[in-house]
Amino acid sequence: MGATQTRSGQEYQELAERTGFSAEQIRNLHKRFQQLSGNEDTISREHLKSIPALANNPIRKQIIEAFFDKRNQHGNELGSYEEIGFEEFLMVMSHFRPPTLRTTEEEKEAMRKEKVRFLFNMHDTDGDGKITLVEYRKVVEELLSKSGTIGQEAAKAIADAAMLEVASTNVPNMGPDDFYEGITLEHFEEILKGLEMETRMHVRFLDVSTTNVYCGK
Amino acid sequence: MGGGINGVICMTFVLFLCCTTGICNPNKPTPTDSTNLETAILLPDDPEDPQAYPEEEKGDNLPVFTMDYTRIQIPFEFTLWILLASFSKIGFHVYQKITIWIPESCLLIGIGLIVGGIMYSVKEEPPAVLTSNVFFLYMLPPIVLDSGYFMPTRPFFENVGTVVWYAVVGTLWNSIGIGLSLFAICQFEVFDLQNINLQENLLFATIISAVDPVAALNIFDDVGVNEQIHIVIFGEGLFNDAVTVVLYSMFAFVADMPAIDSVDVFLGVARFFVVGVGGVLLGLLFGFVAAFTSRFTNKVWEIEPLFVFMYSYLAYLVAELFAISSIMAIITCAITMKYYVEENVSQRSCTTIRHVVKMLATVSETLIFFFLGVVTITTEHEWNWAYILFTLLFAFLWRGVGILVLTQIVNPFRTIQFTVKDQFGLAYGGLRGAICFALAFTLEDNINRKNLFVTASIALILFTVFVQGISIRPIVEYIKIRRTNKDLNTINVEIHTRTMEHLICGVEDLCGQWGHYYWKDKFKKFNDRILRRILLRDTRSESSIVSLYKKLELQNAIELLDTTMGDISAAPSVVSLQDELMEASRPKKKFLTGDIRKMHDILSKNMYKIRQRTTAFRGKNTLQDNNHAREILMRRHASIRRSLHGQSFREQPVQNVSKSLKYYSLQPGGNLDSAFPLRRRSRGELLKDHLQTFGASPRSSSRSLIPMTTLKTIKEQGSSGAPSSLSVHPLEPSSGEHHLDEGFSGPSLRGRKAPVATPRRHSSNRDDEDEDNGFSENQAAGAEQPPPPQGWVPEVRDPGANEAGNPLLRQSAHGSQRSWRT
Repeated sequence: MGATQTRSGQEYQELAERTGFSAEQIRNLHKRFQQLSGNEDTISREHLKSIPALANNPIRKQIIEAFFDKRNQHGNELGSYEEIGFEEFLMVMSHFRPPTLRTTEEEKEAMRKEKVRFLFNMHDTDGDGKITLVEYRKVVEELLSKSGTIGQEAAKAIADAAMLEVASTNVPNMGPDDFYEGITLEHFEEILKGLEMETRMHVRFLDVSTTNVYCGK
Repeated sequence: MGGGINGVICMTFVLFLCCTTGICNPNKPTPTDSTNLETAILLPDDPEDPQAYPEEEKGDNLPVFTMDYTRIQIPFEFTLWILLASFSKIGFHVYQKITIWIPESCLLIGIGLIVGGIMYSVKEEPPAVLTSNVFFLYMLPPIVLDSGYFMPTRPFFENVGTVVWYAVVGTLWNSIGIGLSLFAICQFEVFDLQNINLQENLLFATIISAVDPVAALNIFDDVGVNEQIHIVIFGEGLFNDAVTVVLYSMFAFVADMPAIDSVDVFLGVARFFVVGVGGVLLGLLFGFVAAFTSRFTNKVWEIEPLFVFMYSYLAYLVAELFAISSIMAIITCAITMKYYVEENVSQRSCTTIRHVVKMLATVSETLIFFFLGVVTITTEHEWNWAYILFTLLFAFLWRGVGILVLTQIVNPFRTIQFTVKDQFGLAYGGLRGAICFALAFTLEDNINRKNLFVTASIALILFTVFVQGISIRPIVEYIKIRRTNKDLNTINVEIHTRTMEHLICGVEDLCGQWGHYYWKDKFKKFNDRILRRILLRDTRSESSIVSLYKKLELQNAIELLDTTMGDISAAPSVVSLQDELMEASRPKKKFLTGDIRKMHDILSKNMYKIRQRTTAFRGKNTLQDNNHAREILMRRHASIRRSLHGQSFREQPVQNVSKSLKYYSLQPGGNLDSAFPLRRRSRGELLKDHLQTFGASPRSSSRSLIPMTTLKTIKEQGSSGAPSSLSVHPLEPSSGEHHLDEGFSGPSLRGRKAPVATPRRHSSNRDDEDEDNGFSENQAAGAEQPPPPQGWVPEVRDPGANEAGNPLLRQSAHGSQRSWRT
């Protein structure tokens, strides 16, 4: 592994600039990446699915899918990858960087937008730019899937109510024949406007290596 | 300004009080005195003119009228004090603007000063309330219980490290820093302070390093500062009380000792941990016992709330018994049991608990600040400029530097770091309050300059409360501390908060890191698997999304009560309780009336099937029959309100509702009268359960595989119309109802009867409820709907064109129709 590190020292530098991670963080993530992929260059869905810690996550599927989503690569591509390399992996991870004291307001705003878009992409599974009711129901259903007896019914009712809420907030003067197709990104942003994202949607990427405390694989 | 009314109230009461306390010295309870007193009480406005009218009593005959004031003196005076304090509180809120600019504690102290001045002028002793025992056994527990019980759990645990860091290390820092600095000052001969030794200085420094968060929190709440600062101030205030009390008892012990060994220092440190950790463990123990007890209290609902108080108080007392941190014990107990107890007890008990906790705490706090004012005047002071000024200076300085240094240390460990502004807010929010005051008065008499310490403590409290307390709001607003929109009570926000949590948890797992969410996840699993099974009566776990959903529904129900039934006198009280339950502070109230109202209307559409399912599932308990009546009633209110309010559910022209129309809604007489109070009583249980059992609602839209694209996710007329007809139908149709429904077009009304089938079935054949609902639905609906299915189907489609909103209910109509066909 030492060889890999020296070989990609330059590469880390470049990645650090693109993603905003520090070189140490990238090194850590790279280690983890190799661990997950079994020292391959790319990672597939099966690799991620076999992480034991993730097994109980109710939205596991969506999380994994997000890593293979081309929309989360800061490009304008649609569709999804079969396998991703480390760079893509890092790009997805970079959505969860916490702001630092040096982050300016504009940057924070941009980061927030990114995070919202990430969430939106997670829900908008078919990539048509709208979260339809079907998609939304699925989200809620999966969210509730681990909480015991609450079944699909509850999930449906809640998703419906939530959808109605979005509709009524964003299209207050809908005519009787109008039809709300789905939540667009703008509407989505509107709904989550008051929610403090930066304090919640972030992961503390460690600077020090935690290889020795890895559980699971 | 604005003091007119409260001034009058207070002065009247002050006079009143002075008479009672002034005249009734317990050491001379002669008959004359009591008669004088009686006069004074009877004529509070005219105390200077004692008319000894009951002279006749002095005869030998059987007294017609007697008095025994000494017997009731203590509770009587106590009651009067509380009343006086409460009246002044009312006074402040008559004119809202005062409390915005001047914290309530300032005003209370101010009134206390006035009362103290009057008492001083009539040479009256201050009330004997402030002994160490009274304070620590009776006045402190309610305050701490309140803080613990209403502690915002999620942010607290997210910031627990920082909170403990500030509370423990910060307090130590302050105590030792201030103590040593003051000791240094004492070495100067000019100040005439040489007889204060190091131990005493440290003891004093400990007293004044406890931060009281109340004043700062009120202001921070109002301006809506970000969650982190809020919880850090809150938690710090809470836990440094505990630290301070421990330190105080240690230093008080040490102050008596002639010399200190190094062993004692280690013992002190060890004791510190024993006391703190012991308190936590004891609290956990009592918390779990309380939670476990509440599993079985549902049959004795009258005393249900009592258990919460008894157990927390017991935790407190037992901790006191073993001289471990009672504050920690009661806080931990409250945090532990809250979650489980609130799920076990009925909604009504829950409200009661919250209300009483708040009430007791408010009374205690009000009294403490009030007494602070009184005692400031009446106590003996020793004024030493140097010592007091240096105390103020050091307290301010060490707090500022402490926060700065501690933040530098803790910041690298935080994901969201504190900015300079945040730090300033933290430092400046460090007002001193009740604990400081109480500890100062519990100083032993054998301390040389006790009076000086008391004076200095009071000076510090007054300085911080008045100067910092009043200036903090403008400053916080001026420097624009990071703010946040907290507690958005919408379903979407809840859903996405949860999504984010899971997402972050998942990403942490992906990175192979154990972050905060990792532990949260672990605890949740442990909780679900073991704790909930043991402690909860009804162990079906429930997602926070669902509970929010229920909460909004509950609110909706209450809102319905409030708007249509405004004339019924009992309704407002229910509503106000509910306000308390929602901890409605000023900004939130704004929110309630606005967006939430919209939500209610939307959510109400989904209310029906949920609740109905509950009764079916729960079998034959005593509430069952009422549930239906209540159910129907609630639906009817919804419908009535909608039909009355017509077009938009955005604005609510309540004024347009004519009384006669309102009473139409009440027409069905007996049914309503009996159902109404009943509903209010057990609405809690009802709403509490209805979602959990809601799994396979008969009118399931899961069967309704309508093409989703036809969903017109709501609106207006149509959407409000559907539930209206739905709910009106199940009652015996009366002329009143028809009248109300005139607003709707015939065909659509007809078509919308489809979903009605189920409610009616439930109200009519209750006995069948435990049977398979899915099966009975079609049957029952078919039986009750005179037109055969074939004739009925087109009707549903018929209004399709003008199915304005095509609400979600519509789909279920489609659904059931479809399932019939197959």
